[in-house]
This record gives sequence, C-alpha cells and structure tokens, in this order.
Amino acid sequence: MLRFAILRLVSLGLSLVVASIVIFTLIEIIPGDPAAFMLGLNAQADTIAVLRAELGLDASPLERYFGWVTGMLTGDFGTSYTYRTPVSEMIGERLWISLPLALIALGLSTLIAFPVGILAASRRGSLVDTVVMGFTQLGVAIPNFWFAMLMVLVFSINLRWFSAGGFPGWDEGLFACLKALTLPAISLALPQASILARVMRSALVDTLDEDFMRTARAKGLTRKQAIRHHALRNAMIPVLTIIGLQFSFLLAGAIIIENVFFLPGLGRLIFQAISQRDLIVVESVVMLLVFAVILVNFAVDITYALVDPRLRRPS
Amino acid sequence: MKFKLLTSVAALALSAIAAKAETGLIVGIQLEPPHLDPTSAAAGAIDQVLYSNVFEGLTRFGPDGSINPGLAESWEISEDGLTYTFNLRDGVNFHDGTDMDSSDVVFSLDRARAEDSANAQKALFAGIESVEAVDPLTARVTLSAANGGFLFNLAWGDAVIVAPESIDDIKTLPIGTGAFEFSNWVQGDQIELARNEAYWGTPANLETATFKFISDPTAAFAAMMAEDVDVFYSYPAPENLPQFEADPRFEVLVGSSEGETILSTNNKMEPFTDIRVREAVAHAIDRQAIIDGAMFGLGTPIGTHFAPHNPDYVDLTRNSQYDPELAKALLAEAGYADGFTTTLKLPPPSYARRGGEIIASQLRAVGIETEISNLEWAQWLEEVFRGKDFGLTIVSHTESFDIGIYARPDYYFQYDNADFQQLMEDLTAETDPETRSALIAQAQTIISNDYVNGYLFQLAIATVVKAGVEGIWADAPTQAVDLTSVRWTN
Repeated sequence: MLRFAILRLVSLGLSLVVASIVIFTLIEIIPGDPAAFMLGLNAQADTIAVLRAELGLDASPLERYFGWVTGMLTGDFGTSYTYRTPVSEMIGERLWISLPLALIALGLSTLIAFPVGILAASRRGSLVDTVVMGFTQLGVAIPNFWFAMLMVLVFSINLRWFSAGGFPGWDEGLFACLKALTLPAISLALPQASILARVMRSALVDTLDEDFMRTARAKGLTRKQAIRHHALRNAMIPVLTIIGLQFSFLLAGAIIIENVFFLPGLGRLIFQAISQRDLIVVESVVMLLVFAVILVNFAVDITYALVDPRLRRPS
Repeated sequence: MKFKLLTSVAALALSAIAAKAETGLIVGIQLEPPHLDPTSAAAGAIDQVLYSNVFEGLTRFGPDGSINPGLAESWEISEDGLTYTFNLRDGVNFHDGTDMDSSDVVFSLDRARAEDSANAQKALFAGIESVEAVDPLTARVTLSAANGGFLFNLAWGDAVIVAPESIDDIKTLPIGTGAFEFSNWVQGDQIELARNEAYWGTPANLETATFKFISDPTAAFAAMMAEDVDVFYSYPAPENLPQFEADPRFEVLVGSSEGETILSTNNKMEPFTDIRVREAVAHAIDRQAIIDGAMFGLGTPIGTHFAPHNPDYVDLTRNSQYDPELAKALLAEAGYADGFTTTLKLPPPSYARRGGEIIASQLRAVGIETEISNLEWAQWLEEVFRGKDFGLTIVSHTESFDIGIYARPDYYFQYDNADFQQLMEDLTAETDPETRSALIAQAQTIISNDYVNGYLFQLAIATVVKAGVEGIWADAPTQAVDLTSVRWTN
C-alpha cells in the first residue's frame, strides 16, 4: 500500500511539472498585451512601455517562467497585473465561494444519486426503474445554465424567495451565504446527480449478475443485505471515478453558473482574467485547478485501493 | 409549517432590503473596475464608480456635458491663453482628513504628465509647461501653446486631484474629496461607498451607494426584475427594454453617450486607399437597418465622427445616404465591378457582433465579400489597433470630443491628411468660442467628405431605474454614474 502511494505521488509531481510548462507556453502564445488592454484606445506607446516595465513584462519568457515557478513553490503566486493585489489573496477569496459551492453541489448530487441509483437497479425493469431513468435522462439532457435561469425566474423573480444572484460575503453570516449558494448549488447538482444515478444503476446492475451475488443469496442473505454488503462495494469503482471527475468539474466548471448568478468564484475570476489578459492570474488559477484535479485523482486512486485490495499490488 | 417558516424568513429578509433601500442605492454595472485609480487606467468602470462620487477634478462635467467648476471655484485665463489661474475652494478636505490645497493640484498634474506616468490619457496634459502653487488656494498652470480645450481636459476622470499622502494605496483605497467616500470592495461582487459627512458642497442624499458587477445580460435582467438592484446603468440587453417600460415598477432612461460607432476602415490597405471605394462602402450601408436590427432601434444615425447632442454637431448623414446602386457604380469606376473580398474583424460588444452581420450582408449586396472574425478585446487591440491588420472593423469610440484622432496618421485607421492635421492644430490654439465652432464644423465636413470611415450611429445608453429614484443622468457626457444628487422620492 505504501509503495503504491509513493509511486502515485511521484507521478503526481511529474504531472505538475509538465502541466506548468504547458500552461505557461499556451498563455505566452495567446495574442494580447495586458498593458495595452489596461490603457485603452488613447494611450501613447511610451505610456504602455512604462506600464509593461512596471508589470515586469519586459523580462524574457524563461526568466518569467522560473520566477513564477519558484514563487509558487514558496507560496507566492505573484501580483495580479490588473488588480495589483497578490494572486494568492484573490484565489483565497474566490476559493471560499467556489469550494463550498462545489462541496454542497457534490453532496447534494451524491445524496440524490445513491438512493435513486440503488432503487432503480434493485427494481430493474419495473415501472419505478423506467420513471427514474426517464427523469435522469432528462436531467442529463437539460443544460444546467438553462435550468438555473428557470429557477431564477421561479424563485427570484416570481416568488422572491431568493435574490437573483450575488454573494453577500461570509461576514454577513452563514445563513445569508448558504441562501445565496442554494440555487446555484441545486442547478449544478441536478445534472450531476442524474449522471451519477445512471452510473450507479448500471454498475450495480452489472454486479447483481455476478456469481458471487448468487452465492451470497445462496448462503442465506436477503436481497437487501446482499446488495449492501457485496454488490455496493463492488459497484463503487466506477461511481468513485465519476465522483472524482465531478468534483474537479464542479470546482473549475461552475463558470457558467457563476455568470448566471454573478457569483465571484474561481470560474468568473479566470474568465475575467483571460479577457483582461491578466496572465499571471490565469496561469496561477489554472495551475491550482490542475493541482486540485491531480490531487482528487490521487485521492480517488487511493480510495480504489481501499475499496478493492487487488489494486494495491502493482502489476 | 416549514413552508410558512420559509416564507416568513424570506419576507423578513425582503423587508430588511426594502428598509435599506430608502437611504441607500444599489447600482448594477456590467464591468468591475480593475483597480480604483482613475488616473492610471482607461477602464470605464473605474470612472463609473468613482468619478465625481469619490474623486473630483478642478472642473467637472455636468449632466449635459457642459464644463462646470469643480474643486476650482473660478479661474482667470491670461490674454494670450497661456496662463490659467485657478482659485481653489476653501475648506476642502480629503476623506482622510487632510486639506486639499494647491500643492495637491501641483502634485496631481505633475504626476499625470511625468515621464514615467501611467496615465491612459497622457495627451490631455501634453501642453502643460509648468504647474505652480501661488498660495494655498491659488494654482497657476502655464501652457506651452494656447489650448481652447484645456478646461474640458481637466474635467476628465484622468485629471482628478489626488493627494501625495494617499497615492501609494490608491488602487485599493481611493482617497478623494467627493461627496462619497470609499468604504468596502468585495472583489468580484461589489464596491460600497458611504456618504462623506464632511463634504465641502451640498451633501449627498444617499447614505450609502453600492455598485454591483453583473456582466451577463440575462443575469442583469433577473437582478433588475427581482429588484436586487435599484438602477442598472448602461443596461446591456436592449431587447428587454420594452418589458421594463411596460412595468410600473421601473422606468427606462434613454440618453446619448459619447460613443461614435463607426465602421473603421484601414485607409492604408488596398482597395480602401481609393476614396471611391470608401465612398462606395458608405453608400452601401443602411444605417437605420443596423440601428433597428442590432440595437433594437436605439441610436442616432451620424454622418461624421461627432456626437449629435453637441451644439457644434453638423448633420452630414446625407453625404453618405444609403444608395446601393451608386455604391456599385463607384466600385465599377474604381475598377472593382466584380467586387472584392476584405476582412471584417469584430470586437465583443453586441453593436459590433450584431451590427457586423448586418453590414456584411449589406456589403455583399453591392459585391463586397467580407470574412468575419470575432475577436476578444485583447486580441482586437493586438491585431487591429496595434497591428493594423484589418480591412474593416466596427468599434464605438467612447471618449468625448475625440475627433482629434483623425490628426494622428499612425492611428489604427491610418488617415493621413495634412490639411486636417493643420486644422486640428489651429483648433487647439483657438480660444474664441465662435471661431472654434466654425473650425469644428469644418473638421467634421473634411472627414465626412473623405469617407475616412463608415459613420454608423451614436451609441445610445439605456439605464433602467426603479420608480422613485430621481437624479440619475440619462445622457453620458463621460463614463460616470454621478450619484451626488440622486435621491428617493418615496
């Protein structure tokens, strides 16, 4: 198990190095100069040059790459070109919205998907199964931003239960913040729950056909007991994979939902930063997301091994 | 029971918002300022939040674009037009309690025109030779040449008076002299201002003002409809306006902005080097169809690069009347009877993206094929504005009184006319209002007759306001949301 974890850690480190090179190169290639963007249509060439020097953009790409990487290793993500505040601070603030949002959405999605998937699988072919699968099909098909707009229309504009968007800040209290995150979390969670429920169902259906299930029933377990003790654990691998993917997606991919609800999260930060060519912010946020994805995958890998002892032995 | 509890909680929350609304105002704007220093960036959002609310200049724009006294109570201009003596108001304090006096004026203007200045409108200060403090309440500015637009230049957000004590932190903690002081910035979400109780002039009616950043047009609609915001300045989706007009809860203010929207033409690129080709393009365009199709009817047709609401405006739209047959004839005369193909590069705003599709089809009708490419702003600045790699593009020039760009041969549309350049020099040196008007009219006519660019329309600005809010400017002589005299009537 330890060797497995160490091997995984080494590949994690390598992935990070490769990712940093790819991100930096890609962003270097995009046309657009942050200084020119900030100074607008009437700026004189010498003013732009002054600003470029001030931002440190006149250094060579290699110098800037190493400056960026060594900075990150010491926890210094640099200073935003446009906002002139430390990038780590900006990320910190945004993370306090994106992370709870992703966690709530993931929690909701799992809470809905597990019972629904198990129910559908254990009554395969019945009316319940057909209805549930019909709904999840719908859930997968509906784009989450459209669903979000629909919820705003109903709950914000007509019923006035929730504001149409925005985030009050954690100083305003837990209730106000959770309230602001409710509609966005639901709109993010429902499509994910549908996907997860379908995966749960099909994984469970597959295991239910396995020989060991028949054995379990033969040795006297009830259907429920057999599902709980034997089928679920074996069906977990694909489900865990999807949950891992979903978490990374929710963290980085909430960008459209953040726009619909004008939430100042990581997605919107990166969106703004790209259009303003605030390259250092783009680089650092993307790097952070890569790190999060790799870390989640690492955690998922470790959990696989916990769930399925066969995976602990390197082939 | 649970439902009842939830609704009562919601009702409580709503009444809390309603109670807050009577002394405070929440203004929705599309873009967030990158930072809070109006003197070192071009971003319009900075002025929208801070101009006149937090920062003031020696002069200031009125709602109709007139130039009014600001921190300078009055001024004397020498006979030769070279020396401006400003009499500053007495008893003006910055929000940190320090005095505003002539040394701050010297500091601000010297900083803006310095060699290493990062002022986006450095050209405004180019003619200043020296700035001196005569006594604490008198500042004297000496120009190297007379400049009839100098008081106008000083009214810009880029020319506001800042203090040396607070300059280091200005980007996150702006300290000005205005009727509101900065109180909080929740990055990505909102900026809060609070009334300056020690204001030198008429104090603001509002106790607090909050600017909320909502970039998505659909979200802007929802926020307004749900009454999360009281005002949406420069509302981004003209297609929703009839719905707000029909709703008694709201009022729609439609005004004129300083944005001349033009089909910018690369005057140094074949075949646009030929004036007949440019004239053909001008006659191929049906302005009203573009205004109706792309802007839902909002916008005033223009025939030159000048704002129609300005008293010196000359209506030259007849010069470039919609006449596709004439356009074809001109193209044939120029040797392009079979038409030609060019590029049409479009920045993100809807006037460009929607207008671009309509213009492309109008041009196709006379034989000009366009290859449309949609660019982000940063790309547009790089490729079109700096690289001059374009045939046609659509952009709204939003700076006030910017006809002077036609005197810059290296400007991206590359119009090089010595007569026009001379005319602009004469205009700058001229201080007599009547002669100035005549010169301005002449300038408008020259660029219209030269068909430098396709002149489309003056960008309208629509602001949605909750009933009961009074004093919001309908027109936008500068990119400001001046809240100093805004109040609730109920």
